[in-house]
Amino acid sequence: MRNSILYRTVSTPLLLVAMLLAIAITAQFVGSGPFSRTIVEMFIRVMLVIGLYIFIGNSGIISFGHIGFMCIGAYATAWFTIPPMMKKYSLRGLPYFIKDHQLPFLASALLSSLLAAVFALIVGRILMRLSGIAASIATFAMLAVINTVYSNWDTVTGGTSSIVGIPMYAGVWLSFAGTVIAIVVAWLYAVSSSGLALRAARDEAIAASASGVNIGRERLIAFVVSAAVIGLCGSLYAHFLGVVNPDAFYLGLTFVALSMLVVGGMNSLSGAVIGVVVISSIIQILRWFEKGVDLGGVTLALPNGTQEIAIGVVTVAILIFRPSGLMRNEEIGWRKRPRRRNSEGA
Amino acid sequence: MTALLQIAFDALSLGSLYAICALGIALIFGVMRLVNFAQGDYIAFCVFALLWPSIDATAIVFLGNLPWFVLVPVVLMFGAGISVASEILVFRRFRNANPATMMIASFAVGFVIQHVLLLLFSSRPKSINLWPALGLPVEILGARIPLLQLITIIITVAILIALTAFLRRTRYGLEMRAAAENFTMARMLGVRANGVIMLAFAVSGALAAAVGLIRVTQTGTADIQMGASVMLVAFIATVIGGLGSLTGAVLAGYLIGAASVVMQVGLPLEARPFRDAFVYGAVIVSLIWRPQGLFAPNSTKQRI
Repeated sequence: MRNSILYRTVSTPLLLVAMLLAIAITAQFVGSGPFSRTIVEMFIRVMLVIGLYIFIGNSGIISFGHIGFMCIGAYATAWFTIPPMMKKYSLRGLPYFIKDHQLPFLASALLSSLLAAVFALIVGRILMRLSGIAASIATFAMLAVINTVYSNWDTVTGGTSSIVGIPMYAGVWLSFAGTVIAIVVAWLYAVSSSGLALRAARDEAIAASASGVNIGRERLIAFVVSAAVIGLCGSLYAHFLGVVNPDAFYLGLTFVALSMLVVGGMNSLSGAVIGVVVISSIIQILRWFEKGVDLGGVTLALPNGTQEIAIGVVTVAILIFRPSGLMRNEEIGWRKRPRRRNSEGA
Repeated sequence: MTALLQIAFDALSLGSLYAICALGIALIFGVMRLVNFAQGDYIAFCVFALLWPSIDATAIVFLGNLPWFVLVPVVLMFGAGISVASEILVFRRFRNANPATMMIASFAVGFVIQHVLLLLFSSRPKSINLWPALGLPVEILGARIPLLQLITIIITVAILIALTAFLRRTRYGLEMRAAAENFTMARMLGVRANGVIMLAFAVSGALAAAVGLIRVTQTGTADIQMGASVMLVAFIATVIGGLGSLTGAVLAGYLIGAASVVMQVGLPLEARPFRDAFVYGAVIVSLIWRPQGLFAPNSTKQRI
């Protein structure tokens, strides 16, 4: 039975990976620096939004706090991988076993992801007891707590100023590998018994708990899994930018990530990926326009802020006219599944 | 003694601010189950309504030059106006949507408002000196209290009394309470859904405007993100107050105000920058033993 559900649903992750692979190969062939950076940024956002989807899509609870996990992951990576020579001055408050060593990329990425997951496990035990809306607002509070701590803990996080000196490993292929991991994790979670139970609880909470689903426990599992994926994403983001700063992980990014998820469709993995691709393209086009486009001698430049306004308007429009998102909450796949199965998700 | 009095006044005035905000959120949540994240941006909008749009570093005060007895009603109307406008343009289309969808929509609306302000005024904070006379201290029982604190407390009490009277004594108030209790049933008994909801939005927008006026007088700066921090606290207040309970929201607002001030005084010096983290943390922890909120009414419990 388990094998059969894996087999029936495997087309979705394969197609999504193939699509992203095509984008990565394009970037490789174009070979221009700025274009590659755009693609890397998009891949990192794909990871982020998939992480969000693992929790939001399966549990139906909107979380505003997941960017906090990205913050934790990114800072952990900064702690582990900045050369000890620099840490001695910029991050004086770190414990000695971190300050005097530098971890290789893989170990630091795994530890960063683990740290985010452990934090989610602790906080989630409290948050997951709340009902849907209250839980959403409490995740907001969690984000604020993380932001306050990282903006003020000067000796360990550098306060509101940026920490520099993180090795910039993350290129197109590394970030592509990250998104593949995220897609596989999301798919495996969605077809796992916990994922199925959680989606049952999302659609019919009372019936699910009457059938023996422990909703709090399943939510917590999803919360931790998604935090691990987003922690990893934060780690890659730090390696991409080379700089971390607490305000990069606050409301702005939260909003962009949520709109991407909404535009694609909250309840499907394909929706998460498509949403990122669509919104990233819109952002990129508007960025060009904000820089100024030469139209027959006249430079046309949109004022700053147009990007966010456009994304906001697109999000609201999608919510009004197509609340299930561009993908209509369905997965892409080569096998047309019977209509009845669609509510099952992945 | 005087130090204690000072702390009490600090706590009351901060709590008042949070209470008004939380009330605005709870009102809308009551009638349409919408957690309105745009509320914080209504505050910023109302403050910037005092200025003439320009991206220069110095503020060009425009409406802010009006005498206070004209200015206050005008700003309150701005607040009610933007709030009702967002209802008509956006939230009206989400009548049958689930709360999660509406929450994201309101987040998006707030973001759009904020970035329209950014477009018009740039992201730099601007200093604006509205009613400098209110910063002067007055002496009460030996404690020196800024006049503004006193006024904040008095105004909040006045607002609470007026709102209670409105909700208990008038027909519209009755309709609003009925709608909050059971929206479908209220409609069947002749309550006009759109009317009640628009009224709730208008009142809550005016409350946001009041908060904006108090904040800008306190801080002397206009910043496009100035609503965010107050609003976050107010959201948390509505959660610990029990979602949908107006009294709970107000009480929780005062409770968080008091907790913040006490922590500001009581925490060791090196922990003070983390005050907000402690306050939010304490709040989340308090939900362990009362997940439905500290002052939750019975009507919000989920019935099977």
